[in-house]
Amino acid sequence: MADVDYQSLVMPYRRSADQDRPEPARHPVVVVGAGPVGLTMAIDLAQRGVAVVVLDDDDRLSTGSRAICFSKRALEIWDRLGCGRRMADKGVRWNTGRVFFGDDEIYNFDLLPEAGHGFPAFVNLQQYYAEGYLLERTEDFPGIEIRWRNKVTGILPAADGAQLTIDTPDGSYDLDADWVIAADGSRSPLRAMMGLEAKGRVFRDRFLIADVRMTADFPSERWFWFDPPFHRNQSVLLHRQPDDVWRIDFQLGWDADPIAERQPERVLPRVRALLGPDAQFDLEWCSVYTFACQRMERFCHGRVVFVGDAAHGVSPFGARGANSGVQDVDNLGWKLALVLEGRAPESLIDSYGAEREYAADENILNSTRSTDFITPKSQMSRVFRDAVLDLARDCGFARRLVNSGRLSVPATLHGSSLNTPDIDAFAGAMVPGAVCADAPVIRDGRRGWFLENLGAGFTLLCFGEGPGDAVVVGRDLIDAEGLLARRYDARPGTCYLIRPDQHVAARWRRHDADLVAAAIDRAMGKPA
Amino acid sequence: MMLNTEPNLAAPDDFYEALIEMHRDLTPEESAAVNARLILLLANHIGDTEVLMQAMQRARAG
Ligand SMILES: Cc1cc2nc3c(=O)[nH]c(=O)nc-3n(C[C@H](O)[C@H](O)[C@H](O)COP(=O)(O)OP(=O)(O)OC[C@H]3O[C@@H](n4cnc5c(N)ncnc54)[C@H](O)[C@@H]3O)c2cc1C
Repeated sequence: MADVDYQSLVMPYRRSADQDRPEPARHPVVVVGAGPVGLTMAIDLAQRGVAVVVLDDDDRLSTGSRAICFSKRALEIWDRLGCGRRMADKGVRWNTGRVFFGDDEIYNFDLLPEAGHGFPAFVNLQQYYAEGYLLERTEDFPGIEIRWRNKVTGILPAADGAQLTIDTPDGSYDLDADWVIAADGSRSPLRAMMGLEAKGRVFRDRFLIADVRMTADFPSERWFWFDPPFHRNQSVLLHRQPDDVWRIDFQLGWDADPIAERQPERVLPRVRALLGPDAQFDLEWCSVYTFACQRMERFCHGRVVFVGDAAHGVSPFGARGANSGVQDVDNLGWKLALVLEGRAPESLIDSYGAEREYAADENILNSTRSTDFITPKSQMSRVFRDAVLDLARDCGFARRLVNSGRLSVPATLHGSSLNTPDIDAFAGAMVPGAVCADAPVIRDGRRGWFLENLGAGFTLLCFGEGPGDAVVVGRDLIDAEGLLARRYDARPGTCYLIRPDQHVAARWRRHDADLVAAAIDRAMGKPA
Repeated sequence: MMLNTEPNLAAPDDFYEALIEMHRDLTPEESAAVNARLILLLANHIGDTEVLMQAMQRARAG
């Protein structure tokens, strides 16, 4: 499919039949917000057979690029939803990072991605492509109805759902929903309407984010400058996106005027100082941001569930915003579908809150640490930061301390009530609560990837032998390079129970149908 | 491991002299940078998180 100019796409407002009903229509799930997280939520639910209404106050996709780094886990989730491969193919892959301090390059690193995974550690892709591809994927599901220019202006929570008041170009109407998914972004009007808050730290700093289009021969690398000669005392990041678009982040400091700094006459000289006087480029988009690391105390409020930026926010160092929001809905989708089908107790939704609040804390911790390194907030913090950078020129240990953003990796949900604790001895990373590692496999004579073989529901993965409905390595799949067995510390007889969101729920050295059934009940939140 | 606050320096007077010498003719800013590098180098050499945490608490307590 040829690429559309997603930035200029306008989605028409259409009057819905619900607006003409005398009584509010009732829907099982209403998602508020058609950002990357809301769209992903809609696809996940629709793929599970749940009808979804999505409301968005706007009629456009993301203005400007915003997120550019999409992680392996987000791509794997989108692959499960039928559009991850397209994003990975369009995205720019990069492995080399260079770190500059003052006038010099002090070192470079190779991400050295581990071989044998279906998706790379990261790709760079403009947020409007991610949203555009998601939007096109929603069109495959008749169960998804997106209503543009439908702005939620009121919410009345009740025990069995919530009533929403919605403003449209034709006036306002009400809707009843059994479940409301609040994916309405960092300023979340729903959060405010419910008198709730996201708490945390706002960083007293401002960043100019500029996307420029140019044909330059910079390689596909990530360049990070601390205190460069062209932008003294601040940091700068240069990163490549598809279509010859480059992302440049300039740290400006807290005193910068956010309105003035956004004007081309201020932005262009900064960009030119970096690229050199002869560079030919067009400014595609720019904005000035202040970042915060914060989250709501609880993501679940009865039948109103918060996801993505509405629930938690991180500074963008480490690319955890959209990536973690996509993991939120990966966690929530199957649970909500089971509850709506009456197959799991409503309390299963609370485990979404517990698991993703835990993951949000991990993301906030990582982003806060990166932010503190990049923008030291005290004189001594700056002294140590510079000392680390000085030593990093020739000391390996100091390079490990340089923190310009840590790779976004999914949280392992240690201690989740859905996990069945091990009774057998295992080594390695695939503990209950971990996201399943990928590996190359052969199925029906064709090469493919392990994760593609996981079903929409629970999967029992067995090595060597197993029941008919299990995925059995040796019978259904060939472990092409022995990596699957290695990554899962498997021996003949080993089996893993895998959740619909591809997390390990339980594992044993020998298959026992009763234990598997009990572990499934536990992972569905059923009382023991 | 426990932070060792008993005598452990092989040549205490030599060490102290070298420490002061390290700062000779430096501005306060330069000295602060040298101290920071020294702490980082020593911390990496020690490696043990628990010992480092105890040392930081002890140093902060004055
Ligand atoms: C400069 C920058 C760089 C970033 N880089 C990265 C990165 O590299 N990787 C990464 O993962 N993340 C990154 N992020 C974060 C990422 O952009 C966000 O985390 C992501 O957009 C959150 O998605 P969302 O769907 O939760 O919210 P949003 O994208 O904010 O979507 C919310 C939607 O809700 C709609 N809405 C709001 N109010 C209402 C209402 N009352 N009624 C109806 N609809 C409403 C809005 O119109 C919007 O469409 C970056 C962010 C910035 C600013």
